[in-house]
Amino acid sequence: MALFKKKKPEFVPSGVDTTANAAVTPDKALPYAQLGLKDDEFARIVDILGRRPTASELAMYSVMWSEHCSYKSSKIYLRQFGEKVTDEMKKDLMVGMGENAGVVDIGEGWAVTFKVESHNHPSYIEPFQGAATGVGGIVRDILTMGARPIAVMDQLRFGAPENPDTARVVHGVVDGISFYGNCLGLPNIGGETVFDKVYQGNPLVNALSVGALRHEDLKLAKASNPGDLVILFGARTGADGIGGVSVLASETFDSTGPSRRPAVQVGDPFAEKVLIECCLELYHAQVVAGIQDLGGAGISCATSELASNGGAGMRVQLQHVLKRDETLTPEEILMSESQERMMGIVPKKHLKAFEAIVNKWEVEYSVIGEVINEDRLYINWGEEEIVNVPPRTVAHDGPVYERPVAYPAYQDALNANNVHVAAHGHGLHRHNDNGSELAAQVVQIVSSPNQADKSWITDQYDRYVGGNTALAQPDDSGMIRVDEKSGLGIALATDANGRYCYLDPYEGAKLALAEAYRNVAVGGAKPMAVTNCLNFGSPENPEVMWQFKQATAGLADGCLELGIPVTGGNVSFYNQTGDVAIHPTPVVGVLGVIDDVARRIPSGWQDEGNNIYLLGVTKDELDGSVWSEVIHGHLGGRPPVVNLAFEKQLAEAIAAGSEQGLIASAHDLSEAGLAQAVVECSLRFGMGARIWLGEICERDGVDRTAALFSESTGRVLVSVGREDDVKFVGLCEARGIPVLRIGVTDNSGHLEIQDIANWNLADLAGAHKGTLAELFG
Amino acid sequence: MTFKIGVVTFPGTLDDRDAQRAVRIAGGEAVALWHADENLHKVDAVILPGGFSYGDYLRCGAIAAQAPVMESIIKAANGGLPVLGICNGFQVLVESHLLPGGLIRNEKQHFICRDQTLVVENVNTPWTNQFELNQEIVIPLKNGEGGYIATEETLKKLEGEGLIAFRYKDVNPNGSMHDIAGLRNERGNVVGLMPHPEHAVEAGFGPDMPGTMRSGVDGLKFFTSVLNSLVNA
Amino acid sequence: MPKIIVEVMPKEVLLDPAGKSVNNALHRSGHKDITAVRIGKRIELHFDRQVTDADLAEAQKIGENFLSNAVIEDVVSVTVQN
Repeated sequence: MALFKKKKPEFVPSGVDTTANAAVTPDKALPYAQLGLKDDEFARIVDILGRRPTASELAMYSVMWSEHCSYKSSKIYLRQFGEKVTDEMKKDLMVGMGENAGVVDIGEGWAVTFKVESHNHPSYIEPFQGAATGVGGIVRDILTMGARPIAVMDQLRFGAPENPDTARVVHGVVDGISFYGNCLGLPNIGGETVFDKVYQGNPLVNALSVGALRHEDLKLAKASNPGDLVILFGARTGADGIGGVSVLASETFDSTGPSRRPAVQVGDPFAEKVLIECCLELYHAQVVAGIQDLGGAGISCATSELASNGGAGMRVQLQHVLKRDETLTPEEILMSESQERMMGIVPKKHLKAFEAIVNKWEVEYSVIGEVINEDRLYINWGEEEIVNVPPRTVAHDGPVYERPVAYPAYQDALNANNVHVAAHGHGLHRHNDNGSELAAQVVQIVSSPNQADKSWITDQYDRYVGGNTALAQPDDSGMIRVDEKSGLGIALATDANGRYCYLDPYEGAKLALAEAYRNVAVGGAKPMAVTNCLNFGSPENPEVMWQFKQATAGLADGCLELGIPVTGGNVSFYNQTGDVAIHPTPVVGVLGVIDDVARRIPSGWQDEGNNIYLLGVTKDELDGSVWSEVIHGHLGGRPPVVNLAFEKQLAEAIAAGSEQGLIASAHDLSEAGLAQAVVECSLRFGMGARIWLGEICERDGVDRTAALFSESTGRVLVSVGREDDVKFVGLCEARGIPVLRIGVTDNSGHLEIQDIANWNLADLAGAHKGTLAELFG
Repeated sequence: MTFKIGVVTFPGTLDDRDAQRAVRIAGGEAVALWHADENLHKVDAVILPGGFSYGDYLRCGAIAAQAPVMESIIKAANGGLPVLGICNGFQVLVESHLLPGGLIRNEKQHFICRDQTLVVENVNTPWTNQFELNQEIVIPLKNGEGGYIATEETLKKLEGEGLIAFRYKDVNPNGSMHDIAGLRNERGNVVGLMPHPEHAVEAGFGPDMPGTMRSGVDGLKFFTSVLNSLVNA
Repeated sequence: MPKIIVEVMPKEVLLDPAGKSVNNALHRSGHKDITAVRIGKRIELHFDRQVTDADLAEAQKIGENFLSNAVIEDVVSVTVQN
């Protein structure tokens, strides 16, 4: 491969800014501010290079040092996830934070990699492509670790349902996820959809993917061996996602192409499906030494990260990149975010084998460089050198900010305004003496958009492909079998509550963790690891930074207490319109392991004549609740108290109960409390029940409104066969879990809550399931 | 003796491994067939599985129908080889003219994944001989382009000659004419259907059935039927 | 450089759910005089030399055998664009 010998170039590079040129034109004005770099950051680049940067180098630094790529405003807080960790917590962690995704050892020689990421802003601009490429991007991160992607989940937040623009975003996003995820052949096994006006101009589209691999297949994104080839393969490079970098081409330097480039990335899931199968064959054949997927900042990110991670350098000939648009300038090629591309580090001796496999799958590729024995990244455009930088400074030594933090001016008044003092001191009205009014509130709540059945959305996703889906929506967690012989499987749940976090970001983050943890446990799996997607407003707003600081501390402290580590995640800042930020919305994902998916616990009852038990204690905790929102339009006070030590005990009790075969169904209580839970359990398989609240009220000292709608934590609704009653209650009592029998299941076709309502299940189903189709169908 | 059932993989095929698993569970040997290889490796039957071959470019199944392996399969099918087309596979059969009609975008313009009740209307094929006539089965359905259409003439012929193999019951999820979910050819060896039997073969991973979550295995009979037909061939 | 344009439309007698959906959307936004919408495909075949009559005839065949499904679609035009 005569890449770097002197030869006649096949084309004539025109007007590019070279390193030689930069060295002799130090005063050339560069639009660094327009690219988002501050004066001191630009000065630092000049210092690193010993001269002004070329246009290409400026493009690289500006994007790699941007918030999205460098995490400059969040780094000092994210460190906690790596610091507040014990050796015990790390024992099953094969790859921690900082890589494309975390990797956890789940036993039997299997490992699992998972991560959640955001694609918020593109999804407001172009909902279909924004959501589609969001799925594509997270799946590639999983593929890059050497794993076969096996499932996806999504966490969506939209504006007010009645606002006409919401429908535009909802349709685009759901169609986009459906289009991309289904075409990849990945089952969608869960997630959440929330409507709130705070997300009107800033919808949140978070996507999670999980993959499975054998230990020996683990791949890392590093180029360590001088002489290895750098190969770009997959889709051709085009003008996708260039946006801001085009200012370089148009303003300052000669350009060979049009100056306005599209900012939106366009995805092709078929290309990605082929890429997945091709990569898995490459891994299996062991012809790839390192691999990186191309996402944000495209080639400039992949090359600098591979070099920096590997501790070696790289020499790249950019003109060898296969383009779908011949007018692209080198800056544009470097920054392009064209989808479905991977960069592989291939030892020369494996090149033929590599070529045979990519040719079989008809995947295009080109050798664009090689790994060298120098701590330097050189990028040439033909004969002209346009980039000459130390890779670490681009990929890892970006700016680290300590942004100002300020306790919000509104916070004290917000926290003081709880449900007992709202409405001019009278407290939010409760209809404790009016059973039929309480019944009406239950129906109003379970048919409200956030609490209603989400099948209108989830029926647009394939949940069967792969044949390994043991649990999926509407179950509390998604569960996938990993090993067909032993039944070994993994469970995943994601949760967030923006309202709780707005009231108290520290406790709110812990609450999200507790809920995801509990969701995994009630499916029968053992929680093991955490991922997170932190969606916040502008970091330039000190009050938002305070929220971020609190939330990350809450999550890190919570993980330490539960003994499960954060393995990776994502930060999305700038989710705000003008001065109005979204509620702080940290999405927490918990991964669990189950030794045999056959043991999984259904979320609703299926057998008649079973006893229904409520585990845990109910307190009067209605601040920030669905009841306060739907019935009273109120947000104030403090979120429910979370007791992580108890959550752990509760999870262990469920595990023990499940192992002994005592638990017929388990469903955790969260938003809209007991009312939502009993409705969901009854509608899941169409098995009715008779529930009574008297003993809850008496034992826990709460009124009927609290019994129905309180969102106290650490509670699970369990159904148990008559023959297992004694053992089950004994197990709970021995473990210090408060347990109360509150009902029985029956095949009456009705759900009765004593002295409150007796609903026909078909009517209840109509109310619960009709809402989204009415709004968006 | 174990019979060999070929399962074809085109670029973009998604449910090939699930079809292979279904064959194994039924007691057969699954043989992976590559789209570019015209050799059928002496298989006793062929399954064209579901997915988005070639990204559904041009028309669903249109490009796959031109693949080298399809040339061999069309020849073999005309000679009596049992062929089952599932979802995208059904689309490939239609594009290959092994089955009549066409498959277009769902009426409601959305992809739909649901547990679908079907009525088995023809049990005289290698793929359906283990069912009872008019038996109702529950099979997962998941597609965006499942609307079956055909000319009046074709529909008359299909109805008249009893060539409709499966019909949607209770709910028509995609606007298919005459609620047609699947067909057979005149000879009976080629069957195509939109729903996915390979997703209802293993207890714990199939559709919810009354009384037990995810316990539906009505799809298994497709695969035991073909093995049964080969034993008696 | 010359191209041959092949246009394919769904057969008149058959359903066109996409067309119907677009028609409904147009009515909702006030265009009530549009009585129907049908949506087809325009396919370009590019050449790097002049296009001959033989090319046109071949394009017609390609249109009928591959670019359209004769069961549900018609090739409505095959033209040269220079």
